[in-house]
Amino acid sequence: MNGVHDMGGMDGFGKVEPEPNEPMFHEEWESRVLAMVRAMGAAGAFNIDTSRFYRETLPPHVYLSSSYYKKWFLGLEEMLIEKGYLTREEVAAGHAMQPAKALKHGKFDLTQVERIMVRGKFARPAPAAAKFNIGDRVRAKNIHPATHTRLPRYVRGHVGVVELNHGCHVFPDSAAMELGENPQWLYTVVFEGRDLWGEDGDPTLKVSIDAFEPYLDPA
Amino acid sequence: MSEHHHDHDHDHSELSETELRVRALETILTEKGYVEPAALDAIIQAYETKIGPHNGARVVAKAWTDPDFKKALLEDGSKAIGTLGHVSRVGDHLVVVENTPERHNMVVCTLCSCYPWEMLGLPPVWYKAAPYRSRAVKDPRGVLADFDVSLPKGMEIRVWDSTAETRFLVLPMRPAGTEGWSEEQLAELVTRDSMIGTGFPRTPGAPS
Repeated sequence: MNGVHDMGGMDGFGKVEPEPNEPMFHEEWESRVLAMVRAMGAAGAFNIDTSRFYRETLPPHVYLSSSYYKKWFLGLEEMLIEKGYLTREEVAAGHAMQPAKALKHGKFDLTQVERIMVRGKFARPAPAAAKFNIGDRVRAKNIHPATHTRLPRYVRGHVGVVELNHGCHVFPDSAAMELGENPQWLYTVVFEGRDLWGEDGDPTLKVSIDAFEPYLDPA
Repeated sequence: MSEHHHDHDHDHSELSETELRVRALETILTEKGYVEPAALDAIIQAYETKIGPHNGARVVAKAWTDPDFKKALLEDGSKAIGTLGHVSRVGDHLVVVENTPERHNMVVCTLCSCYPWEMLGLPPVWYKAAPYRSRAVKDPRGVLADFDVSLPKGMEIRVWDSTAETRFLVLPMRPAGTEGWSEEQLAELVTRDSMIGTGFPRTPGAPS
């Protein structure tokens, strides 16, 4: 979706402000939100792409004015309601009122903690041969799906070069909508800065994205 | 913003609306039997103690001292790091990109905040915020100026937008004046930002 989350190249957000000696969490609730998202995801309530999509679909003014963990919280609450794990009445009451919905991987308990500290695996067997080779010129498609996609707007329509092939991975556009993993070839595609930003762009800049094969046409 | 409240017994009127909502959600998830609060505590403790830039720093220091490891690391980051038993496991898709006198690398996630947690810990607020996410791909030298970092005029700057589940770690250049240093000494010079590409390693003798 063409949401405010797709920020590459936008102007007006001001300076980057590094915080010296930044704490891991600024408020205790942030750590609880992180833990709840990781736990409910590991228990099978949602996949990582679906959770990203729920954050992206927050109203634009909410997205822009909320901290990172606030967005995580708002996305989590809405996702759990929509997927039937809790109800708006329960959220309003602050207590469980309905029977629980079964979780795919069961309750998240202490025995599960170790496994979530290792990153998940997203590589999958290839359903077909790769269409592109290293060095091929490709054009990022001019597509504007209203649903989740990982093709940022700032490269759409532009030509780049395939630099790396990462194998076949879970396709976020499908997984986010719970339409299956639909594995696709994943490439690093590199663009010249001036192709993206015009003649005023930094001539020393190259930008790459990791692009799934359905995002690309031969060029 | 309200202050930290580690004492759970005081009056709710002192808590922010967000704190109240987060607590309510945890109560509901617990009452419904979806999560064990002790397991949430353990997740937080694991993040606080097991991950962090010290993991990335050890990898960088090893690459600076062991050419075979460096070669393997640049070929397949996950596999090479997997051979170091003492570094936390990184999953399958870590790509290590090398800074050279000709090219500087910088990592961003314009669409959300993808970041190599296992190597660098949880990302800092600036990495997740709009100014960095919007500007890194268009004006990286301007972003670097916000960090008081500048690159030679003609040096190529390569920005890696983490748009998939691949994760990127920058291998910075080894500082001059560190000949003969041990891996442990070198690791002390490796900063988090130098592995994102928004900074350089410390130079020998400079205050940390």
